[in-house]
Amino acid sequence: MTRVPDPRSAEEARGIAAEVRDPELPMVNLADLGILRRVECDAAGTVTVTVTPTYAGCPAMDAIRDDIRAALAEHGYTSVEVRTELTPAWSTDRITPEGRRKLAEHGIAPPTGAAPAGGGRRVGVELSVRCPHCGSLDTREVSRFGSTACKALYSCGSCREPFDHVKPL
Amino acid sequence: MNAEDAPDRVGARAVTADTAAVSYLLRLGDDALVASHRLAELVTRAPQLEEDVALSNISLDLLGQARLLLSYAGRLEEQLTGVLRTEDELAYLRDESQFVNCRLVEFPNTDFAHTVARQLLFSAYAVELYTALGGSTDGELAGIAAKAVKEAAYHRDHAARWTVRLGDGTGESARRMTRALEALWPYTAEVFASDGVARAVSGTGFGTDPAGLRPAWDAFLDGVLAEAGLQRPAVAPVAGLGGLGGRDGVHTEPFGYLLAEMQHLHRSHPGAQW
Repeated sequence: MTRVPDPRSAEEARGIAAEVRDPELPMVNLADLGILRRVECDAAGTVTVTVTPTYAGCPAMDAIRDDIRAALAEHGYTSVEVRTELTPAWSTDRITPEGRRKLAEHGIAPPTGAAPAGGGRRVGVELSVRCPHCGSLDTREVSRFGSTACKALYSCGSCREPFDHVKPL
Repeated sequence: MNAEDAPDRVGARAVTADTAAVSYLLRLGDDALVASHRLAELVTRAPQLEEDVALSNISLDLLGQARLLLSYAGRLEEQLTGVLRTEDELAYLRDESQFVNCRLVEFPNTDFAHTVARQLLFSAYAVELYTALGGSTDGELAGIAAKAVKEAAYHRDHAARWTVRLGDGTGESARRMTRALEALWPYTAEVFASDGVARAVSGTGFGTDPAGLRPAWDAFLDGVLAEAGLQRPAVAPVAGLGGLGGRDGVHTEPFGYLLAEMQHLHRSHPGAQW
């Protein structure tokens, strides 16, 4: 069944796509992460969803594409195209305040400050990362690379807990 | 080799903007793919857990870049030849002489210092490369570059920190880091060599002539080496067989073994998925 074209469809479809969860950060959805670019609906009822990857090799992208199609299909949108767009490149600045709050609530420190400018910086001054467990700023980077491409591994000097930090990009 | 002496390296055909663009994308894609595979070899074998995670992440970033570059090369080539080679066909079904990566990225891991040295020399180049390509007249390549430059900056930082730790570490770590830099430095000239393809893509604004990236690369390397207490190796560039190198499909001996491992599954089970 293909939906009758309706000006409301694009808006409704956007709402459905926006609610799709990130498979590796299930506490946030695609809108929170700022990876959902556009949702369009043409006269024939085909929905085109445009997303942007966080990292070029992010292995979650295939799962995200499948999840978008499945979520829309559940609401009767059977003709769905998911496109990937690289420009402008995703940055952690695109994570919404709501997304940052949800990450912190689930023990993942959100990115601090603005994203570093691409490439030019050799040694920079970085803001302290707040421990998502106890709120202390006495934290240190254990490894710049963490459990997924977008995260670094930190540990807290106050509560001694390790935690993930979405690194500024 | 002097930039002006380098031959136009696309056989007997004249270099046109389009074939040059395809050749250029294959070089960038092959560099990223082979660099990625060398790091993938270290998964579960890195010296510590955090390093295992870091090297896998960097490998994954490079693989993502390779996929974007190779699939774009395939699509551009299709416009010229009418035949599409997918990213998988380009990665898994070409033979050694058809790969046009620089020899630097195929250097084996040998010891951790060699891995760090390879990553340092290559990622410092990648940062300059993708910074320049952010201004490409081609929207798709500029988009890939804008994405890749942020990742490359993290890779370069990782390698630079390790270079300082090893160079300014114990006598043994400094000795190994020195030996690794001496072994790899001769292969850096090729990375910055100008030739017909480089000049053609630079002329159209599609790409950039790597020769122009060298001063910024040199300056960055000098800074890291000084901080690490290491000397810039005084070694001459390694010429390839008959003056040909990686960009001509003439590679080092270990590269054949790398390809055999990388391509084995796909060649034995064509189209396999999991």
